[in-house]
Amino acid sequence: MPLWRAAWLSFTLVGTLALSGCGQQSTLDPHSEPARQIETLWWVMLVGSVIAFGGACYLLVIAWRRPERTGLPVVGDSPRAIEATVAVFGIAIPVVALIALFVYSNVSVIQATEPPAPEETAMTIEVTGSQWWWQVRYPGTPAITANEIHIPVNTRVNIVTEAEDVIHSFWIPQLNRKVDSLPGKPNRVEIFADEPGRYLGSCAEFCGVQHAQMDVAVYADTPERFRAWLDNQARPRPTPPTPLARKGEQVFLSKQCASCHTIRGTSARGEVGPDLTHLKSRETLGALTIPNRKGYLAGWVIDPQTMKEGTKMPALDITGPELQALVEYLERLR
Amino acid sequence: MATVAPPPAAQRRLDRLERIWKEPSGLVGWLTTLDHKRIGILYFFTSLAFFAAGGIEALIIRTQLIGPNGGLVSPEAYDQIMTMHGVTMVFLAVIPMQIGAFGNYLLPLMIGARDMAFPRLNALSYWIFLASGLFIYSSMVGGTAPNAGWFNYVPLASRQYAPGPNIDFYTLGLIFTGIATSATAINFIVTIFKLRAPGMSLNRMPLFAFAILAVSFALVFALPPLTVALTFLELDRALGLHFFDVALGGDTLLWQHLFWVFGHPEVYIIILPAFGIATAIIPTFCERKMVAFPLVALAEILVAFIGFGVWAHHMLAVGLATVTTIYFTAASMIIVIPSSIQLFAWTTTIVTGKPRFQTPLLWIIGFIVLFMIGGLTGIMLAAIPFDQQVHDTYFIVGHFHYVIFGAAVFPVIGGIYFWFPKVTGRMYDERLGKLSFWVTFAGMNLTFFPMHILGLIGMPRRQYTYPAGLGWEFSNLLETLGAYLLAVGLLMVVANLIRSYRRGAPAGDDPFGGDTLEWSVSSPPPSYNFPSIPKVSSPYPMWDREDRDSDAKRLEEGEAVLEGGHETPASTVLDADWDEILDMPSQSWTPFLISVTLLGMFTMLLLQHYVVALGFAVLTGLVLAAWHWKEPQVA
Repeated sequence: MPLWRAAWLSFTLVGTLALSGCGQQSTLDPHSEPARQIETLWWVMLVGSVIAFGGACYLLVIAWRRPERTGLPVVGDSPRAIEATVAVFGIAIPVVALIALFVYSNVSVIQATEPPAPEETAMTIEVTGSQWWWQVRYPGTPAITANEIHIPVNTRVNIVTEAEDVIHSFWIPQLNRKVDSLPGKPNRVEIFADEPGRYLGSCAEFCGVQHAQMDVAVYADTPERFRAWLDNQARPRPTPPTPLARKGEQVFLSKQCASCHTIRGTSARGEVGPDLTHLKSRETLGALTIPNRKGYLAGWVIDPQTMKEGTKMPALDITGPELQALVEYLERLR
Repeated sequence: MATVAPPPAAQRRLDRLERIWKEPSGLVGWLTTLDHKRIGILYFFTSLAFFAAGGIEALIIRTQLIGPNGGLVSPEAYDQIMTMHGVTMVFLAVIPMQIGAFGNYLLPLMIGARDMAFPRLNALSYWIFLASGLFIYSSMVGGTAPNAGWFNYVPLASRQYAPGPNIDFYTLGLIFTGIATSATAINFIVTIFKLRAPGMSLNRMPLFAFAILAVSFALVFALPPLTVALTFLELDRALGLHFFDVALGGDTLLWQHLFWVFGHPEVYIIILPAFGIATAIIPTFCERKMVAFPLVALAEILVAFIGFGVWAHHMLAVGLATVTTIYFTAASMIIVIPSSIQLFAWTTTIVTGKPRFQTPLLWIIGFIVLFMIGGLTGIMLAAIPFDQQVHDTYFIVGHFHYVIFGAAVFPVIGGIYFWFPKVTGRMYDERLGKLSFWVTFAGMNLTFFPMHILGLIGMPRRQYTYPAGLGWEFSNLLETLGAYLLAVGLLMVVANLIRSYRRGAPAGDDPFGGDTLEWSVSSPPPSYNFPSIPKVSSPYPMWDREDRDSDAKRLEEGEAVLEGGHETPASTVLDADWDEILDMPSQSWTPFLISVTLLGMFTMLLLQHYVVALGFAVLTGLVLAAWHWKEPQVA
């Protein structure tokens, strides 16, 4: 039957295409129990769908090949039998299949993806969405960072997410389902990573002009490395080690930087943009828009609008030497 | 097809009817027309133009996304184009095409009426639809088109985060167009209940009419929540109220609930007329009555009804209580049943009939295949954890394009081919018609199928750009190429229609052996539709030869001809017994004028000149008074 071959072909095509596309943001490469259960759910539903689709297409192929035929295969051509077939395939079988799916997904799998009771998780992280970046706080410590969330590997982490302005949605596909970040109404979701690595996510609710570049990354580290990282994040900024860096701090505090950004250990207390206390410990800038390297950083400071059109950060009116000092300073915020 | 000249007595009656019902030609004729067929044609071309605009927007979107880091349009322009694509296709193209064009032109012909129940209201609906469409599109002139997506979530759409006039065009424009849609829906309900030809009891009504009836009821109940939400939002934006302002006790989720209480029934409103078109085409080309007719009629009504109980499945990621999500997904699964009933009724009708695979039936078979895919992915989305994983990704975009493009636009195109001979009197080109189907079908699948994969591998929707290296490049490239192929297929449809309109072979009254009453009249139909009000004794009146012969005899004898004036009969709601004869209005300027004054009013509301807006409202009232000044005249 060419139909079955076609169905099988498209099925394997879907499989290979999907697996070949396994990036760090794929739901089909899960790294936690909930994400794995959702993936299994998907494959089960796909198989069921292909069977249903194939069956109905089979009827159409019969009609195509033998238009003069007046009965159904097996059932024959008595009107009562034909109507009964509609009732069986249109009502009875779907009812059974839907109940099975309902119990499997909405009673069973859902329990794995539910937000955990806070006491069951080892730690809580607060993630706040803003246009167009994520603030990350570790309650119980002074640590505040942005866009890059570090967690210990093999640990259930309770994410509490909210929005500062419009609705965003927090989603790390490999680690669990998504949950919306709403203004004034915190939502929770568990994340868990079964091996060290970087897991990418995106804002999943349209949130304005830079919705496309509001990404987030989860770094799962060994417990020791995570502990070291968190201890460092909790400290105030390292003292500027060079005269140029010290001059850079003066630039930072005297230009408008400090009105939006906080650098713990200085008088900069702005809360509009990301906390920059340990800026250099992050791999990216602008919510994963560009790499956090010297050239990009300098470019971002003087002309952020070119790199991320519409970002709330204004271009800085600054002289060459001032920029040099400022970048030197920021580069030392490890 | 040679027509035999009617006997002289019959010819005299036809001449008299022609005199009574004829409308002036030319621009004045079109501006003042109350003929449902001409209004249907106006709807057709207007929604076709909006469909073309929405299509161009889609091509811009796909071209932008052909590769990573695309730079065809700016992020802001992308958001506007993306929003306008959605708004256009849902509000200005697909629904007006189905209900405005198909419903208007065909419904009175199918039920044996001479016009809609309220012809002036019908014209008013069209002119308001046109005016509101132009109102919304005028926003593009200044580069201030709506930009918060077609479902326009707050607080992104609030004054604080969207200070420009963009969102005001959206709110006021959709309130404006909602007037037209509500009026149309009420008009159809009354027409279907009261204007069916005597003998066409509800159980003998064509399934297309059942579908339009279900849709009309759905619209009447679905539009108020939308209008309420839009009014709240405009009050927030224009007057600084706080319905959606969290800081002052408002609620952002209120918008989502109100929007989707409208928005989900809207999905069924979009596909139900298409189901109706499918059930009109299938029996004709399969030379067989529909299998399980009562079940299908019931299913159409049930879909519209249950569609009101599923809205929160659009909101499974917002953090509703689990018990709430379970209720709404259970309802979403229940609604699968009426759809699968129809699906199997169509396929078994095709298998057990003697299908002739001409162009219209091809589009319907394409529709069945595509609707199955869209339906099956829809069932997947009722699995809560899976939905919460792929919600707001390209998986959703793929799913709903299979439903809206596959299950709504495909039957519409099939219907265009099917009724083209009736409307124009000429046949379409069969070979080009089949070719256009295969090209469109291939383009459709190439465009939308990879979207499912793209969503599964993590690409969120509504992104103006995407980075390289996440495995998204190949699917996006395929989709864009598919979109171009799709555009070629649709252009072939248009080319076919233009060519056939000029040079097509004469079609005759009934080129396909149709089963409903529109095939009993000439092509194109006369302005009075039916020489004598037809007699109906089954749901397939054209296949009842005796009834049609008796119609011809009744014309000769002057029975049920209603040549005394601009008249159509009204019948009882359930059994369609002859009730009374209605005087129908003839051409009128008032509907057009009201749309102009309303356009002035909405423009002034947009510009926040409230006193001037009030002036236009008073003006509208005056035209309304003129409307009711003169009762329908008897010719």
